[in-house]
Amino acid sequence: MKTLEVKNLKKRYGDNEIIKGISFEMEKGETIVVIGPSGTGKSTMLMCINRLIEPDEGKIFLNGEEITGSKHPEIFRQKIGMVFQEFNLFNHLTVLDNVRIGPIKVKKLPREIATKVAIENLKKVGLESRINAYPAQLSGGQKQRVGIARALAMEPQLMLFDEPTSALDPELVGEVLEVIKKLAREGMTMLIVTHELGFARDVADRIIFMENGEIIEQGSSEILVNPSKERTKQFLAKFKEGR
Amino acid sequence: MIKFINVFIEAFPFFMNGLIFTAELALSSISIGFVIGVFVAISRTYGNKFSYSISTVFVESIRGTPLLVQLFIFYFALPQIGISLSPLMAAIISFSINSGAYQAEYIRGAIQSIDKGQMMAALSIGMTKWEGILNVILPQSLIKVIPSWTNEFAYLIKYTSVAYLVGVPELMAEGEFVASRNFEFMDVFLGVALIYLLIVMILTWGMARIEKMVRMPGV
Repeated sequence: MKTLEVKNLKKRYGDNEIIKGISFEMEKGETIVVIGPSGTGKSTMLMCINRLIEPDEGKIFLNGEEITGSKHPEIFRQKIGMVFQEFNLFNHLTVLDNVRIGPIKVKKLPREIATKVAIENLKKVGLESRINAYPAQLSGGQKQRVGIARALAMEPQLMLFDEPTSALDPELVGEVLEVIKKLAREGMTMLIVTHELGFARDVADRIIFMENGEIIEQGSSEILVNPSKERTKQFLAKFKEGR
Repeated sequence: MIKFINVFIEAFPFFMNGLIFTAELALSSISIGFVIGVFVAISRTYGNKFSYSISTVFVESIRGTPLLVQLFIFYFALPQIGISLSPLMAAIISFSINSGAYQAEYIRGAIQSIDKGQMMAALSIGMTKWEGILNVILPQSLIKVIPSWTNEFAYLIKYTSVAYLVGVPELMAEGEFVASRNFEFMDVFLGVALIYLLIVMILTWGMARIEKMVRMPGV
């Protein structure tokens, strides 16, 4: 069974079709990186998968169960971790509480067990020493690692990353990418939207190139070097110039 | 000065009797008003069209009419349709509703100032909208609303004095009572004013301490 199936996903705002019928599948343990120019619907597509944005058409399945059409999207969101570009840590809670609030309030785990789970995941992202800090006292890279730990604490079957390093200072990007690479090695199923092409090459089992709400090309990280479609070539060329 | 002190000491037991009612009025109205305010604020921000419209009409009609008129409706007008309330009851209900409308606006402002990403993150870990409001949006909003809340408390304590017009024996009524007997209007009402001032000052100080205690570090 596929971990994730997306079938003919469409989303429009007014007359503007942001996503024009996207289909793809993910195997368990697979890491897919989505690349493409800004404003081409990559983030929208990601948020449609856990229905933070309601798709207009198409079907999405998580381990064979249909997410779209369910009256209780929160049940699926518990199984799909999400990491945001802007971190979105809960500002009024300490690092520890940020990570264990999900297990406590959503999974209804006893406090001690939830705390254990939270600390385990904070260790995984290398932040067990900062459990009593508040989000505003952390660097961007630390915030994003807490964001990852918060998502992991729900023991998700799939992780979505929405440009996890785009809001970070260049010198803080590495520590976050290292954590994501570690998750890939551990076999987490991950769908990652990013502009970090070097990282994409290292971590991706498959790369999807998206433009104007469509998948233009997909394949192994080989397409970063030898793209078959003209649009992908242009995008990659521009990217190299920009660097 | 000595005369003022003598008049004040003489009137002090009456002031204290009045103060009990003033405190009762202010504390119960602000608490009930808080509950009303939270509900109305949530239905104005996260509610459906129906609850949004109802709560908007509520807020606008309360804010658009004088407190004294609202009090008189509860005390003098309701008996005409068969609902008789004691002066204290009528005052508590009308002040609670009035304060509820204002607090709703303060809380709504705080809720709307919270970044949209906070709710998205709450939803993303599997909370329902209500769990997100309860666990993430409200706690942050209530921390932000404390300065406005201090303001509301200061207003309300002073506004409770209009309850004297329906016969609640609160601080203002006691002052009126004392002054009408000893004719020391200047000293008595200065004394009353001093007591209101002291309470509001103590309250402002206390709220500032609470504000410091619960502040989100670094925000």
